[in-house]
Amino acid sequence: MPEEVKKEAPANFKVTIDNITVEVAPGTSILMAARKIGGDVTPPAMCFYSKLKGSGGKCRTCLVEVAAGSTADPRPMPKLVASCRTNVMDGMIVKSITSEKVLEARKGVVEFLLLNHPLDCPICDQAGECHLQDLSYEHGREETRYEFQRRLFEREDIGPYIQLHMTRCILCYRCTYIADQITNTRMHGILDRGEHAQISTYISKAIDNDFSGNMIDVCPVGALTDRTFRFKQRVWFLKPLNAHRDCDKCCGKVTIWNRGDEVFRVTARKDEWGEVEDFDGKTGWICNTCRFDKKKTSDWVIEGPRKINRHSVISANHYLNDLKVPHETIAEVMGGRKPKLLMDIHKVSEVNKPNVHLSEIEGPATGAVFNKENGLPYKSE
Amino acid sequence: MQPLTKKVKQVERKPMTFLERLYLPAIFKGMAITFSHIFKKVPTISYPEQTRPFAKVFRGLQVLNRDEEGREKCTACGLCALACPAEAITMEAAERQRGEENLYREERYAAKYEINMLRCIFCGLCEEACPKDAIYLSETFAPANYQRKGFIYGKEDLLIPNPLTQPEEYEKAKGERAPATH
Repeated sequence: MPEEVKKEAPANFKVTIDNITVEVAPGTSILMAARKIGGDVTPPAMCFYSKLKGSGGKCRTCLVEVAAGSTADPRPMPKLVASCRTNVMDGMIVKSITSEKVLEARKGVVEFLLLNHPLDCPICDQAGECHLQDLSYEHGREETRYEFQRRLFEREDIGPYIQLHMTRCILCYRCTYIADQITNTRMHGILDRGEHAQISTYISKAIDNDFSGNMIDVCPVGALTDRTFRFKQRVWFLKPLNAHRDCDKCCGKVTIWNRGDEVFRVTARKDEWGEVEDFDGKTGWICNTCRFDKKKTSDWVIEGPRKINRHSVISANHYLNDLKVPHETIAEVMGGRKPKLLMDIHKVSEVNKPNVHLSEIEGPATGAVFNKENGLPYKSE
Repeated sequence: MQPLTKKVKQVERKPMTFLERLYLPAIFKGMAITFSHIFKKVPTISYPEQTRPFAKVFRGLQVLNRDEEGREKCTACGLCALACPAEAITMEAAERQRGEENLYREERYAAKYEINMLRCIFCGLCEEACPKDAIYLSETFAPANYQRKGFIYGKEDLLIPNPLTQPEEYEKAKGERAPATH
C-alpha cells in the first residue's frame, strides 16, 4: 500500500503558508518552504541551520500552526509544530504570522530563551548582528518576569582565537554540529544536562582545528566570538566588503570588515538568513588562516561593498556611493592657495590615531596597551 | 512719486530756535533719563559670582558617570557615537583585567572617550541612547577657550570625580540632571 501512495504523489507539493501558495519538492521542511516565499512569513530560527545536517528542533522559535495536514487528510494538527523539523505535505495549509496562537507562542519562547541570557548587549561583540537581539526585538516582550539569579559561568578561551561566553549561550547545538561535520575530529560538546548544560572542550582541550573558526559564524548569539576582534570595534562602525584570496584550504571567499584601511575582522559571507553562502554547490566555510591571520587589506582582493539590509544597524551612518562631495572653490578663487587648516584633529585627538592599528594586536586591548602609548606596541607604519 | 507706505513722515527743515541751539535743555533731559536708571532695578547680574537658574530642560556639558562605588559606568558600547547626529563622539574600548574590578563596572570599558565640543550640538541624544546611564548632560556649559584644540574633551575632562575619594567634588559636579543611581 505505501508504494502505491508514493507513485500517486505529485512531483511537487503545493503548500500554502499564510495564504501564499508555493510549490516545493517532497521532503522539504515547512521552514525551507517559507524561506522560498521570504519576508515576514518565514518563521525565525535560532537553532536550525540549513547547511548543517541534523540541526533544528531545539529552540522552538520556528513554531507554526498547521491548519490542514494535507489534501488527503485535511485535519489540522492539534499542536503547534516546529517548522524546521516538519516536512510539507501536498495541500498543507500553514499559518505563521496570521495565527494568534503562533505569535503568542513565539513570545513565550523568546521569554524562555532570555531567561538565562545576561542581556549584556552593550558589551557583547555580537550586538548589531545577533539573531537573538532581532528575535526579541520583533517577537519578544518588553520586560522579563524572571526574578532569580541567572546562570553564571566564567568566560573561557577555546583555543587562542575563540572566546566562549557560556552565559550568553542558548544551547542551539549548532557549534557542536559544525565541529562534527566539517572538522575531522570532534573537540568540544555539551556537558551536563538541562539548566546545567554547557558547551565546553573536554578537560579544557584547546581547539586547534583549521576550520574551528566557523563556529563563530554559526553561533546565533554572542556565546562564541572572535578573540582577535574582541572589543576592538562595534560592527556598525565597520564597513563590510566582499573580498577573496587564493587559499589552499578553503574557498577563500570572505567578507572583510574594514574601518579605513584596517581589516578588523574576517567572516564568511552570510546570506539573508544569516547562513554561510554556497559557492559552486559547496558551503563557503572559511579556514582559520583566512579568518584570523590575514588582517591586512593587501592580503585580499576586494570585490566591492557588501549589500546590507537597510534596516540593519550595520548600514547606519554609512554613506552611499553616490554621495555628492561639494566642489571646493577656495583654491580657484585664491589663486591656488588652499584653505588654511586651523586644527588637525589627529594632532589633538587621542582616539583613532592614523598610525596606530588596534586591529593588529592579538587579543582584546587592555589598559596596559593604552598606557604604553609612547612605546606603542601595536604601532605599524 | 507715490510713497510706498502711509507711514512716511516728512523731515522738517526749519531752522533751530535759540533754545534748541543752546543744546543744554536736551542734554539735561537726556542726563535725567540716564540718572533715573540708577534707581531702577538692575537687569544684569555679575556673572561668575552670581548665576541664573537654568530651565529644567537645559542641556549642557556631558558628564561620564560613575556608580555609587566609584566605578566607571561606560562600557564603550558605541551607541552614543551611533546616535550622535554631529558625529562628535569617538571611543576606544578595552577589556577589564583581573584586579581592575573596582575601577570599571563591566567587563568592557572605554579606555579612550572623546567628545569634540566644536561639533557637539547638545541635543542630548547620547544621553537618550545610553543603555547604562553612563553619560548625561549637566547644567554647566563648555567654557570658552582661545584655541580650538581646547575643545577636544577627553575622559579626564568628562569623567565625574569619584564619589568615595572626592565626595565634595562629586556632589558639586553631579548637578540635578544626574540619573538616579541603582
